[in-house]
Amino acid sequence: MSQIVSLFQAAVYFGTVILFGAVGEILAEKSGNLNLGVPGIMYMGGIAGLIAAFLYENGTANPVPAVAILVTLAAAFVMSMIGGLIYSVLTITLRANQNVTGLTLTIFGSGFANLFGGNLNKMAGGAGQISVAFTSGVYRTKIPFLSDSTGVFGEMFFFYGFLAYVAIIVALAVKWFLNRTSVGLNLRAVGENPATADAAGINVTKYKYVATCVGAGISGLGGLYYTMDYIKGTWATDGSIEKLGWLAVALVIFATWKPNRAIWGAYLFGLLSWVYYYLPGLTRSSQEIFKMLPYVVTLLVLIVVSLRRSKESQPPASLGLAYFREDR
Amino acid sequence: MSKAKKHEPLVHITKRGTLPLWHNLAIRAIGLAAALVVCAIVLYALTGLNPLKIYGAMFKGAFGSARRVWTTIREIMMLLCIGVGLAPAFKMRFWNIGGEGQVLVGGVAAAACMIYLAPNMPLAPVLLIMFVLSALAGAIWGLIPAVFKARWNTNETLFTLMMNYIALQITSFCVSKWENPYGSNTVGIINPTTNAGWFPSIFGQQYMLNVIIVMLIAVAMYLYLKYSKQGFEIAVVGESTNTARYAAINVKRVIIRTVMISGAICGIAGFIAVAGAGHTISTSTAGGRGFTAIIVAWLSKFNSFIMLGVSSLLVFLQRGASEIASQFDLNDFVSEMIKGMILFFILGSEFFINFKVHFRTARKETENK
Repeated sequence: MSQIVSLFQAAVYFGTVILFGAVGEILAEKSGNLNLGVPGIMYMGGIAGLIAAFLYENGTANPVPAVAILVTLAAAFVMSMIGGLIYSVLTITLRANQNVTGLTLTIFGSGFANLFGGNLNKMAGGAGQISVAFTSGVYRTKIPFLSDSTGVFGEMFFFYGFLAYVAIIVALAVKWFLNRTSVGLNLRAVGENPATADAAGINVTKYKYVATCVGAGISGLGGLYYTMDYIKGTWATDGSIEKLGWLAVALVIFATWKPNRAIWGAYLFGLLSWVYYYLPGLTRSSQEIFKMLPYVVTLLVLIVVSLRRSKESQPPASLGLAYFREDR
Repeated sequence: MSKAKKHEPLVHITKRGTLPLWHNLAIRAIGLAAALVVCAIVLYALTGLNPLKIYGAMFKGAFGSARRVWTTIREIMMLLCIGVGLAPAFKMRFWNIGGEGQVLVGGVAAAACMIYLAPNMPLAPVLLIMFVLSALAGAIWGLIPAVFKARWNTNETLFTLMMNYIALQITSFCVSKWENPYGSNTVGIINPTTNAGWFPSIFGQQYMLNVIIVMLIAVAMYLYLKYSKQGFEIAVVGESTNTARYAAINVKRVIIRTVMISGAICGIAGFIAVAGAGHTISTSTAGGRGFTAIIVAWLSKFNSFIMLGVSSLLVFLQRGASEIASQFDLNDFVSEMIKGMILFFILGSEFFINFKVHFRTARKETENK
């Protein structure tokens, strides 16, 4: 039983990281921007939060939990939005190729984040690995009372830091925004057919910019959750955020561009990624084979989606294409 | 002045026709210069060194000694090989993001040969078998997404991306099978004493064979894309699949064939990385080059010789920056960051080649004349 609870928790921890990434990416892709820079953006969000926490903790004698959270959240969100802005300027205004720009953003973000993640302590005159125990502790605070008084149920559902719940709320909010608000419908129109949207008086450029930048901000929170909660306020230069970022991109496909489907998809990915740890009798090498599972499942979904060709599960029609008014 | 004039936007862009070559090159040079200036500022902020000295140190890092020069050449050849491999797929607008995985499976095939075959066979046939098997492994890794793309139009960008990670896990699996010494979870240098299955030195140069193989492939690819019928078919499919169908080109066959070639060359790159450079296999054998090579191929417009230039630039920056990093006790990722920044500028400068910018005020002045 405790094994199952622990696997469930691992799945939620893991799923929360990629849920943020995927929901942000859904928002961007709905505007027609296939942003392959998600891993880079998650890196930028993660490192910005870490730097903010580091500076705050070192700068004040008695850090306040609420301030620590505000500072890091804002830093991560703004930094990720800058990543999204670089992408937007290049692809929307300068009409560079989206795939190439996204990949470049990933290279840049990974270099930027790992450079500072690996050296921040040294730069500040300290020694050893960076650690922001206080802020991380605030992020990892479980829901009081409910988490320890409701037994197994509490361990499964109330055992996480607040960002895990924020992720679900954001996903539902984006779903509501895309389906129930006129701005959201306009955004989808831009992603499906920008020329038509333009003719209808929608400012295509503005929609694309805002959707991509806000989407990047949301994706970046995944990186923040990873550094603060998943690896407890430290930094690892092992490329794990990059892997998670690509899984977030995969999750967008898996969810067929629907934020609500991304929620359970994220936890399923988490489950598949960690199940090797709980299966008895696996050797170290056969574990590696099991770690393929989330990728294989994504491939299967990708194939099934393309075989079925149902109208609801297709990508936005103009995904990956730059819009130039005079091209019509 | 009519009323409508007031609503004219401040900036207005139009598509350009073809630019004269010097103009084209000038725009790129300006982009590159801007990139180098920004990088110098960033490096200055990190290290406090005079930016000119930084580039001097970078030059020393990349070309400071014969050994360094050859390492730089080896890295250029690696990147060029993968770029050349990806070029036909991208020219066809098949987004093969899976170079990384194709290199890895090629590398795994080569490493397997080095471990199981090389100690018991003469060098030449072993290298030949390694070459063929690596190419085959890479080709299969390309074939799978290509078949799905051709038959059911499955999104190849994400398909090849996922194939990368499957290749990565296969590599991890093999590494833990072949680990040496036991428990280290690395393969270590394969055949360190016998050098079985290693590239032989040519003219006394350890990496000469790398250069020969890659340059042969690069020239062949240039000719293939430019002068062969198949190369023409690739270009037509890339421009428009409908046009290709009108011209009675079998689009499915072209896609599958081209991506197999693309994968095979990436597989060969894995073979070179294992037998000709690292003499080991690990999950970082491809080391992100599969992604960088996409940008190399794209920026060079799939021309092998421009690719050589772009690869050289990127490798120079990378080697130079890691030299700076080690001098200043920073980590190697500084070169990744610089690479990203330079590419942003080069990508941005493309815009000024394809589009012309008109400002409202500028136009008024010309009208008043």
